Parts: sequence; structure tokens; C-alpha cells
Amino acid sequence: MRRAKSLAAKKKEILKSWFKVTVDSYPADTARFLKGQKDPFANPVGDTTYRSLGALLDALENGSAPEVMAKALDPILRIRAVQPMSPSQATRFVFSLKQIIRQHLPDNGRAGAGDFRDMDVKIDEMALAAFDIYVACREKVFELKATESRKQFFGSLKRAGLMVETEADGPGF
Amino acid sequence: MADELITPDELLSKIDHRPSGAGWMDTPVDIRKGMYCYASNPKSVETLGLPNARAWNPLDEDWKLPENWQQIIHEGFKERLEKFRSFKVFMDICVRCGACADKCHFFIGTGDPKNMPVVRAELLRSVYRNDFTTAGKILGKLGGARPMSLDVLKEWWYYMFQCTECRRCSVFCPYGIDTAEITIMARELLNLLGLNIDWIATPVANCYRTGNHLGIQPHAFKDMLDFFVEDIEEVTGVLVNPAYMEKDADILFITPSGDVFADPGTYTCMGYMLLFHYLEEKYGLKVTWSTYASEGGNFGFFTSHETMKRLNSKMYAEARRLGVKWILGGECGHMWRVISQYMDTMNGPADFLEEPVNPITGTKFENAVSTKVVHITEFTADLIRHDKLELDPGRNDNQIITFHDSCNPARGMGLLDEPRYVIQNVANHYYEMPANTIREQTFCCGSGAGLNAGENMELRMAGGFPRANAVRHVHETHGVNMLACVCAIDRAALPASMEYWVPEVDVTGVTELVANALIMPGEKDRKTDLRGEPLPGMEE
Repeated sequence: MRRAKSLAAKKKEILKSWFKVTVDSYPADTARFLKGQKDPFANPVGDTTYRSLGALLDALENGSAPEVMAKALDPILRIRAVQPMSPSQATRFVFSLKQIIRQHLPDNGRAGAGDFRDMDVKIDEMALAAFDIYVACREKVFELKATESRKQFFGSLKRAGLMVETEADGPGF
Repeated sequence: MADELITPDELLSKIDHRPSGAGWMDTPVDIRKGMYCYASNPKSVETLGLPNARAWNPLDEDWKLPENWQQIIHEGFKERLEKFRSFKVFMDICVRCGACADKCHFFIGTGDPKNMPVVRAELLRSVYRNDFTTAGKILGKLGGARPMSLDVLKEWWYYMFQCTECRRCSVFCPYGIDTAEITIMARELLNLLGLNIDWIATPVANCYRTGNHLGIQPHAFKDMLDFFVEDIEEVTGVLVNPAYMEKDADILFITPSGDVFADPGTYTCMGYMLLFHYLEEKYGLKVTWSTYASEGGNFGFFTSHETMKRLNSKMYAEARRLGVKWILGGECGHMWRVISQYMDTMNGPADFLEEPVNPITGTKFENAVSTKVVHITEFTADLIRHDKLELDPGRNDNQIITFHDSCNPARGMGLLDEPRYVIQNVANHYYEMPANTIREQTFCCGSGAGLNAGENMELRMAGGFPRANAVRHVHETHGVNMLACVCAIDRAALPASMEYWVPEVDVTGVTELVANALIMPGEKDRKTDLRGEPLPGMEE
């Protein structure tokens, strides 16, 4: 609990570091843009990433329910799921939080170590939720691909006159 | 099988998420699934008489190029530099100020620096400097030059088909470099080696042979419109009677075939049919369709200027054959850039047509004096302005609408206010997206210029994110649930983008909204809109 309180005190610094580490996973020119451009519509990836990470720290600090965590994770993963990166690259930012918290909240004794363990458990839960969301986004992309192919295929059959739609008042009804 | 699996330790040792830090010239191209479209079908390439028709796979090492491919590229480059002054200027004039760098939806969405318009153009410019400038020849890499190689060619192909030629970057260029024209030239060069994508090559072949992208034959085209006649009668009680190839009609109407064959464009198509029926009943205006000029879109534009010209020629040819006064164009994207910026010099002057005047209002469409083609929303806006349409905007009250400026009508012909004027007269709930995402600065749907395939869905979603992000904003702040647009590619591409990013928002054409509000002579008590959804107050 104390750890959560100290997290609240250092949240601004932690968020800054976490955002930096997360956008540094992009090439240098891109990272510079993601950090520098503050307009949310000119830089939706940077803005969404920043807001998602902020909401995740809030959820961590407040010990929020898994749904709150998932809601905060969705926007950032929805982006990373369609960018040219591997699954591990896309979700790595969650794990980097452990290190960042340790950098900002020095361990002062035995009681503190226990608090880190609690925090680590929460971050592991965050990582598991991140896998779920990442995979759900990938499934959505493939569903969109499948739906478009399906429409194209049946559309062709229909246009070629090879398919007749059943009339609701036709024989058998 | 187990032997082939790598151990967790081996896997972990391979994970390195730090970018290499190398400059773009030293970062090799990585052709990733989901980001590229399939290679063109050799039959389509053959139909068009374009070179090097063969089956090839972008993931293969061997792209089955002609032996002298470097010479072909060099000579093709030289020929185009001599022929097109603008291309030469665009190659020379860029000072790499970076104003365009962060304006591209593909750069913003994918985070790949080679999608910065300046870098995409540098892919070509580096070879230009090496082959055609003294400084480049002497300084080499120091002067930003590099020789053409197979890796460079693959990089060209990969990134030139990650540009939708939307021209948002050009708006910010202090020199006015039209970056889309650089992509257009690069694609021309790639086509010299048979390096097109199938989503372009096959529609172009179909268009050339049969008259439209899907290769729909005349009887099937008419069949589809007949289906719409039935649907329209069911919804409105009015039997519309579209005219086909009617000689001496007042106006020839040409729209992208996507409106005829793909939802939700089909509802926009029904909208055109209702509007034309209304105008004939009320004012005696005769508009004709043509199964010959059955395609407004022109994917030749994404292949080469010669192919664009060939496909475009049928518009004027059909207008001349039918003896109409002028041409009315439907809700399409790049069709309008071709018409406004290229058609007149390619296949014009169309001096056998009249300078377009709306016979109902007397308005002269000054902007179309030369091309003789008027946009449907200009035409409708003029009718509304002169109070010639009886409308009930309340029928669209379930729609909370925003407008996506389709790139080519907005930036390619300056069509900015007319669609907004029309929407605000046929509906009561309208909200603008943020200023830096609309009008001249509009963000592309992410699927234009032939990139609306299924296999590159990741690219489409990433590229569509800046637009979807702005839609999400108006959805969250104003409850917007309908995204209106004036482009058939938008209507095909944005539903998938919305489903991924903002699933609560649907997509419509502007003329669909017009038709829902239009009070038809002799109509029955309308209970649903054209999609069969209950009108406001008619819900059970």
C-alpha cells in the first residue's frame, strides 16, 4: 500500500520515463516526432500512447478492477497490433514498467521489497491482459480480411447469376 | 518436429527491441506481410500490353526481372525527366526542410520513417542524383546519392505502394512539390518491369476490356440497377425508370462502379436514381446512364499516364456518341483529380459539349467550363440553393453526421463547401471534425490509390488511424454515428476502418442522405430509409 502511495507521488516522473522507453521502441526519427508533437490529431499515436500509459498508472495506483486495466490497455495495443512490429515488441512496454518503477522508487528495506512484489504481480496481470487484447486486435484484423474476401466471393457468384436469394414467400415457406 | 523448435533461451537471445539507429539508406527493406498487396496477375498485365507479364511473389528473392532491368529503369527515368518538367523540378528543388515529414497518415500510423514523404521521395531522388547529377556522381553517398540495386528496387516497390497519392504532404511543402506525382512517376517506372499490384492491374484490365473495375458486363450492370428499382419502390412506393444510353438526353451520368456493386455505395446509387427521377418528374430533366462509360474511377492513374488516358477516353467518347449537353459525375475520389487536372489536356478539348449550365436553375458551372463535367454535390447544392428540392431533413434525425473530405475532391478540385451545404440542408445534426483533419488538411482513408485490398489490412488500419482518431473524437464529444463522404473508395474502405477503430460509426454517401430527405412526387408514407432501417419515430 505504501508503495502505491509513493507511486502516486512520483507518477509524473514515472509516466515520463515509461512514455520515453515505450516510444524509443520506434526508430529515432519517429520517436522524436512522437515525443515532440503535442497536437492529439497531428500525432494520434503519441497522444494515445501517452494517455493509455497514464490511465494504466492510475489503475495501478488505485488497484482498479481488471476491466479498468483492459480499457486503458486497449487504445495503445490496438495501434501496436497493426504496426510493423512483432508481438513481443508490441507488448514489451508493459514489462519495462517494473524496471522504471524500481528506478524511481528506491527500495528502502524489507517491507518495501514486499510492496514491489505486489506491484510486480499487478504488472504481470497487466501483461496477461495485454496479450489478450493484442490477440483480440489481431483476430479482428483477420476477421476484416476474411469478411472482405467472403463478400467478394459471394458477390461474384451473385453477379454471375450463379446464386439466387431465397424468397421469404417462396416454395417451402 | 521438436528438433526444429528453438529453445526459450535462444528465442530470448534474439529479442532486441532497440532500433538499429542506422540512417534510412543503411536500413535494409523488410517486406512484411500485411503491409503489401499481392503482385499483379500476369493475365491482366498481358491484357493491357504492359511489359514483363509473369507470376511473381514479392517475398521471393527472385522477382523474375528482365536481364537489363537497370537499363530499363535508367532510360525510363531519363525519358520522364525530359518529358515532364514538373518531375525534373521536384527531383531538384527539395531542400529536405521536413515540413512534409510528419504529415503523412502512413508515417503517423505505421511509425516507419521511410513513409515520411520526404524520405519516400528520397528513395527515388538518391538514384536520380547518382544517375543524372554531377554532384551526385562525385560525392556519392555523401551527396545523398546511391546506385540502383535490387534492394533499392524492392524498397521502391514496397514504399511506393504505401502511398495513397492523397497529397496531404503537398499542402505543407513550401515549394509546392506534388509528392503524389513523385509516387506516380515511380509507379510508372516500376510498371516498366511488370511490378504492379493486382488490386490495380486487374481492375485496369477489366476497365479496359469490359468497361468497369469488376468486369461487369452491360446486362449485369443493368440487372443491378433493376434490383435497386425494386428496392426503391419497396421503400418509397415510387417506380423509378433509369435511362440507359439514351441519345440526346440532357446529361450523361458517370459514377464509380463501386456505387453499383458494393455496400454501402449501393445506397448512394439508389440516391442518384431517386434524385434523377425527381428531376425528370418535376422539371423534365433527362439524365442517362451508360453501360459503356460505366466506370468513373480510373486505376490507370495508378499505373501510367498512358493507361490513365486510355481508360479516361471513354467518358468523352460516350458523351459525344450520345449527343448529351454535358457530363454529371458521381461521388468518386481520384476520378475527380483525373478530370480536374488531367482529362482536359489528355483527351480534351471537349468542345463538342456545351459549357455546363443547370437547366433548372440557370446556374453556369464556371469551374467546369473547360472539362464539361460537374460534380453531383455541386449540382445538388445548386438545386437546394434555388429551392428546387422538396426536403424533409427530419428523416435523417437518427444520423448524427460528420463529413470526411475525400482527398482528391478536396485537394484535387477544391470541393470543400458544397457537400457540407448539402448535408446541412438534408439533415439536422452535423458536427465538424478538428480543423487540422478536414478540408485541405483532410486525412486519407488509408486505402486510396489502389491500396484497398484485403491482404494489406494492417497497412490500411495503420494508415486509416489518423482519420479514425478524429472520427472517434466527434463520436465521443457529440455522439456522431455517421461518417459521410463523397468517394467510392471511402465507402468501401472506411467501414472496415470504423469497425476496427470506432465501431459505433457507420459510413454513408452524401446523395444517400439527400434521397432519404427528398420528398418524391407520389411517394407512399415512408417508414424506412434506403437501408431498410426505421425512420425517426417509425421504430416499433
